[in-house]
Amino acid sequence: MEDKILQANQEALQRLQSAQPVLIGLGVAGEDLPDMDKHTILHAGPPVSWENMSGPLQGAVIGGLIYEKLAEDEESARELAASGKIRFDSCHHHQTVGPMAGVVTASMPVWIIENKTFGNKAYCTLNEGLGKVLRFGAFQPEVIEHLNWMEEKLAPVLKQTLELSGEIDLKSMTAQIVQMGDEGHNRNKAGTSLTIRELAPHLVKTDFSDEQKSEVLKFMNSNDHFFLNLSMPAMKATMDPLEGIEYSTIVYTMARNGTEFGIRVSGLGNQWFTAPAEIIDGLYFPGYTMEDANPDIGDSCITETAGIGGFAMATAPAIVQFVGGTPQDAINYTTSMYEITTEESNSYKLPPMNFRGSPTGIDIMKVIESQILPVINTGIAAKLPGVGQVGAGIVHPPMKCFEDAIEAFVEKYVEE
Amino acid sequence: MKLNNLFKSELKVLNIGLEGFYNDLKQQKTDTVWLNWKPRSSSNKKSMSLLDKLRKK
Repeated sequence: MEDKILQANQEALQRLQSAQPVLIGLGVAGEDLPDMDKHTILHAGPPVSWENMSGPLQGAVIGGLIYEKLAEDEESARELAASGKIRFDSCHHHQTVGPMAGVVTASMPVWIIENKTFGNKAYCTLNEGLGKVLRFGAFQPEVIEHLNWMEEKLAPVLKQTLELSGEIDLKSMTAQIVQMGDEGHNRNKAGTSLTIRELAPHLVKTDFSDEQKSEVLKFMNSNDHFFLNLSMPAMKATMDPLEGIEYSTIVYTMARNGTEFGIRVSGLGNQWFTAPAEIIDGLYFPGYTMEDANPDIGDSCITETAGIGGFAMATAPAIVQFVGGTPQDAINYTTSMYEITTEESNSYKLPPMNFRGSPTGIDIMKVIESQILPVINTGIAAKLPGVGQVGAGIVHPPMKCFEDAIEAFVEKYVEE
Repeated sequence: MKLNNLFKSELKVLNIGLEGFYNDLKQQKTDTVWLNWKPRSSSNKKSMSLLDKLRKK
């Protein structure tokens, strides 16, 4: 058995390390995502029913329904969401990832990423920026107006820009950003800057007015997390080929819906192992405390699953000012992740770790044996819809996810 | 070998466990080998017995 697991994990890591995520274009969720339609709403994390959704996720669903003109206001949106006429599903079931609430509706523009090694695609909406935004559950008129601007003004410019620029290699860009102080989850300053550098020379050649081009460049420049919505699908495209490798104990998905944390394990197919999501230990913005926080939410920990984000924190010392702790803590987090991973990244090399590759390939057996949980750095959403982000910090998946997974693994492979 | 004689001869150290001791010795230019080992956690007996099943088969 041990040999079979070892071989399967070698195969899983070979697929992970050889992934080549590339940005190939910009599409529309309803047209490009598999099995997507006007009455489907995708959300972050494992599947969850309307009744069990947390405040920010319900808020984002309400906003999504208003944006799609399926509802006029909060009341009619709540009624429709509870009516059974809307299909809710996990982004991950549609080759998609979404930050925080992760709500995706049919009209939203989406980045299209292709893993050139395996041909699989992954999708993600465009980052909305900061302030009152749908991903934190806000649904006020200005939120919907901003989503309309993204669809009608931002997306057409970026789509034409990408047609002019051609494909953008996100693996190479990620390898660069981890040497520029980003870890690709909560720090995306370098990634956003490099994206602008890639796009700007082509953006200025598009057919749009100077004013609109300037507006798009200003929007990208004003939002340090613009790259997050590229980093996430790049890592999703990296991890998806690991699904279904018999005997592999490598985790290929970690995601949270604000109510539950879920993981999926390569050798156990698309089965989710879930447990209640935890409250995040971190730094709260002035005026907010842990009392205001929603439990952990978002698909963004696909970055940690692929070996960046919290796993690469050592390389982003400035991030501790945002999530708490000291630069030495960041080094310690990364160091401890080598205990539960299988290999070191052959591409994402971390200068403060003497250019050691980032810890890559979480093994459920190592997590159980060491009792060390993956470390995730993350934003904290308010539990009330519409309030927005109230802080950022460090969180871990519940150990129960890994305990249940190892039990299912033994049931499938030992007791079959 | 008497203990005093041991320290008069050239030391070759095998450090088992905590990497910090190894790093300190290395900085002092002492010939050292580090074995990355630690005792298994005993906090979760059910999961540990499941792990054993995967290791034995």
